[in-house]
Amino acid sequence: MDSMFWNRQVETLERTALETLQLERLRLRIANALRTPLYQKRLFRAGITVPEDIRSLEDVRKIPFTVKDDLRQSYPKGLLAVDMKQVVRVHSSSGTTGIPTVIFYTQGDLDRWTELLARGIVASGATAGDVFQNMMSYGLFTGGLGLHYGAERVGLTVIPVGGGNTQRQLQIMKDFQTTSLHITPSYLLHIHGRMAEFGINLSDLSLKRAYMGAEPHSEPTRQKLQELYKMDIFNCYGLSEMNGPGVAFECHCKADPHVWEDAYIVEIVDPATGEPLPDGEIGEAIFTNLIREALPLLRYRTRDLAFIHPEPCACGRTHRRLSRIQGRTDDMLIINGVNVFPSQIEEVLMSIPEVGNNYMIHLTSRNGLDRLTVQVELYQKLFTGDLSQIDTLKGTIKDRLRASITINAHIELHEPGALPVFEGKAKRVVDERERL
Amino acid sequence: MAKQLTVFMENRPGRVNSVCDILEEQGLNIWAFTIQDRGDFGLMKLIVDKPDRAQLALADRGFACALKDVLAIIAPDKPGNLDRLTSALLEKHVNIKDMYGFVSPNDRQGLCFMEFENPDAVDIAELVAQYDFRVLSNEELYEL
Repeated sequence: MDSMFWNRQVETLERTALETLQLERLRLRIANALRTPLYQKRLFRAGITVPEDIRSLEDVRKIPFTVKDDLRQSYPKGLLAVDMKQVVRVHSSSGTTGIPTVIFYTQGDLDRWTELLARGIVASGATAGDVFQNMMSYGLFTGGLGLHYGAERVGLTVIPVGGGNTQRQLQIMKDFQTTSLHITPSYLLHIHGRMAEFGINLSDLSLKRAYMGAEPHSEPTRQKLQELYKMDIFNCYGLSEMNGPGVAFECHCKADPHVWEDAYIVEIVDPATGEPLPDGEIGEAIFTNLIREALPLLRYRTRDLAFIHPEPCACGRTHRRLSRIQGRTDDMLIINGVNVFPSQIEEVLMSIPEVGNNYMIHLTSRNGLDRLTVQVELYQKLFTGDLSQIDTLKGTIKDRLRASITINAHIELHEPGALPVFEGKAKRVVDERERL
Repeated sequence: MAKQLTVFMENRPGRVNSVCDILEEQGLNIWAFTIQDRGDFGLMKLIVDKPDRAQLALADRGFACALKDVLAIIAPDKPGNLDRLTSALLEKHVNIKDMYGFVSPNDRQGLCFMEFENPDAVDIAELVAQYDFRVLSNEELYEL
């Protein structure tokens, strides 16, 4: 049924035509990339000096990988491929250390990104008349604004409430008869547990669907949440380097999200060798952004482990589907939807003199919410014997962590030597969260 | 001034015993102690006969510990004496940060260890002398 397509022509484009489109757009992005010193150097070295040096889609493999550290090294504007006057939006995500990664968008970039989100929203059955409550945080994080613009383009009524404040969220859901949510699985689970407390019954609400992203979760969790709320839940995948949410979106079949292949080249490679893997095999997902001119990213290593479904989807879309994220090739943690690298925590701890060299990171979950406990040792030589010193120290650690990773951590102080000492590779992260 | 030894310790079985073990090994004598509980950790405060040696021994074994000056005030064990002491401090606006004490049952003397926020604001020794209380000198406290 046509009502389920935003752009039927592109979404069902025959594979060869889709690949022709990819090649055409890849050349455009090569042209953009050649304007940045980093890509100029790398592409030249790979024998690519003009876009036409990419003769077929297979030639994408000649392009060297781009990694997160390249973005860091290029902070703030090293990878900007257009005049800053053309940039209408900046987003940012936290890096593995204090240096963030920055993404720029021209008006055209935002339009093309918004189109992808519109496709996803329509594929889920939403249409004008639906009320969309966006419960992802707004701001530098791409999760909030991405879906916001997509929903507006489709003509949904958008309530840009952002994250947090459960009581207000439920009240708005009830008063405005919200039909569609954008939310993390852990928050959706948490809210359900608190409905009774605020006197809200499921029958007071008009929920039909939720878009769930930012956090990995299992199929049983989706099923459970669908059962709890009596609504449909659609997975979406995205990362700010590839614009943000909506890189891949589930259709009504709910059989893993379609990667919009006219906008991205997705490859699955062996993370150790970088060699391509066939559809169906798990490897690292590599994305090339075909629709952004302001900041081109070619063959970006996501560090996400996933596979591509070899079979076509029953919905008729020709764009292949990406599995759920099966793991990470690095040590990134996702805490209440926020990406956190242990190195960010370490950097904060080591900047505080009263903290010893050993530390541990504990993750637990309760009522669907993650809890981060950071255990540190008191540095022996700087202890003054005052309780106020310890209270101040705990407060300082908490404040600096919040500033760095935006998460409220619980701080535990331990005696010097009480935490495990590691020989060789330290295992400082203990994740005891219930798997969602 | 008396030297109080403050030891940072986790709130779990065996930590107090560890401190006592180390002091016993050193042949040190504990005169007074108290624990300030803060949930997952606590501070143990000790008055011992050889504070410097005790601190070195504990630090050597990894404990975060520190010495600080506190006043040791001795007073006859009689009803109302602590009230008299604290009233006198109040009159001079001396703020008590920390205090603990005990009575020696044989000589009927109360010994009180006190820490003040503004210790130099007033001569405490002079202040308490009006009630026949005394600030113990180091010689009296740490006589060999």
